[in-house]
Amino acid sequence: MQYLLMIYGNEADSKTASKEDNERMYAAYGAYTQAMKAAGVMVGADRLQPSATASTVRVRKDKTEVLDGPYAETKEQLAGYYLVEVPDLDAALVWAARCPGAQHGTIEVRPVWSM
Amino acid sequence: MPGLNNQDGDDSRATAAVVARQSYGRLVAFLSARTRDVAAAEDALSEAFAAALTVWPETGIPLKPEAWLLTVAKRKQIDQNRRQASDDGAHLQLGMIAEIMAQARPNDPAISDERLALMFACAHPAIDQRLHAPLILQTVLGFDAATIASAFLVSPATMAQRLVRAKAKIKLAGISLRLPDRDELPLRLDGVLQAIYAAYARGWSDPGGGPELATEAIWLCSLVADFFPKSAEALGLLALMLHGEARRPARRSGGVYVPLSEQDTGAWQSDMIEQAEEHLWRAGRLGTIGRFQIEAAIQSVHAARRNTGRTDWAAILQFYDVLATMVASPVVAVNRAVAIGEVHGSSHGLAALDQIARGNKSLADYQPYWAARAELLARDGRDAEAADAFDRAIGLECDPALRSYLRARRTRCPCD
Repeated sequence: MQYLLMIYGNEADSKTASKEDNERMYAAYGAYTQAMKAAGVMVGADRLQPSATASTVRVRKDKTEVLDGPYAETKEQLAGYYLVEVPDLDAALVWAARCPGAQHGTIEVRPVWSM
Repeated sequence: MPGLNNQDGDDSRATAAVVARQSYGRLVAFLSARTRDVAAAEDALSEAFAAALTVWPETGIPLKPEAWLLTVAKRKQIDQNRRQASDDGAHLQLGMIAEIMAQARPNDPAISDERLALMFACAHPAIDQRLHAPLILQTVLGFDAATIASAFLVSPATMAQRLVRAKAKIKLAGISLRLPDRDELPLRLDGVLQAIYAAYARGWSDPGGGPELATEAIWLCSLVADFFPKSAEALGLLALMLHGEARRPARRSGGVYVPLSEQDTGAWQSDMIEQAEEHLWRAGRLGTIGRFQIEAAIQSVHAARRNTGRTDWAAILQFYDVLATMVASPVVAVNRAVAIGEVHGSSHGLAALDQIARGNKSLADYQPYWAARAELLARDGRDAEAADAFDRAIGLECDPALRSYLRARRTRCPCD
């Protein structure tokens, strides 16, 4: 089954992080991604630009409305994702727990709706 | 004697129900282990199971109960498939189950026992913890949502809806029906044991469906303990529940509640106490201590009264001291205060209760807190306060037998 691991974290914290902290984080994510690839479970992954760069779009009565900002203002923001292919939820949860982002933030694990 | 026959009738009905539940649980687990679709497996078997519950007490238990259930289920399945010619998802799912059922020969080793795996799926950390016990009761034992709802004090519609949602999550989120790996076992096993204990606790006081729930909980725990003989906590929980169950005949006298300290030890079921002691002894030899073993040890000290004629409260207090460091629960804290009252005197017990009450608002509507407080106040001679506390306890109790006991106890204090 495929699962989307969504990484939520506090952007304010990462803005104030030191250079060393950032380097440590890059290294941790590098190792994590490597391990995922080696295990053959990674389908895709991306880091996202901060939520301030987000725009939201909806069409109401044939009129397109575009708003500045993320869908919801929350304490933690979506910072990136991994898409994994694993046998079951337990395996997905293990990978989520290994994610460096789980140390400070929260990982939401959602099964992909298979068609 | 007609009374005796009646008893026999009740016994055979109860035995038929137990066998029906066990066979049902085996088949649901077997089917859903292959499809992950617990709801569809239940659907496929529900009518056959309902038929078994009505037919078996009359005809006796069939030689091959699972074969009986499968045969009836297959027949219903064929009917259903005929009726449901339209090709929707549900139909496909049921069709798939029908296929698996056609292959499965009952009482054939191929129907492996997956009930433990089903229990682990039901008590998965990704499922709301409050639903662990209800889910196990429904899927492994076939209790209907209405019975479960009344045991857990929720409306039947709400309970049914929650169970449906939880089963959908098992299927859609891909929770596997498998036993956990060695490194995750302790944590996952704890979830299963807690769910079993929750089911038992629901069956403890309620005089209606209570005994049945308690018996089934003990049976589920022995299933777990048999499979994980190295789990000291599974043995501990089994011992704890058996000690409690051993006292069931003594807990009521002519419909009136009898507190543990006043129970006739001759009415305790000694075979259950002996089993409990054996499990606890085996648990102790495994060298890992846990909350269920300590709680069982406390019950073991109470049980010793049948031989010694007295209760060793100092030993009980020592166990509660350890337990309080492991479990932050008001139940444990209140019981520890009661033990302090027995060992060091009622004023010390009251001081311990005051300490718990400080900064804990939820105790305001916790019956055992007020009952314990009332008892200690009465012993301390603070009659007016005791009467108030008894009133609070009476107002918070829903078991009529316990309520009338508290009322009688209140009039014994010379306060008004």
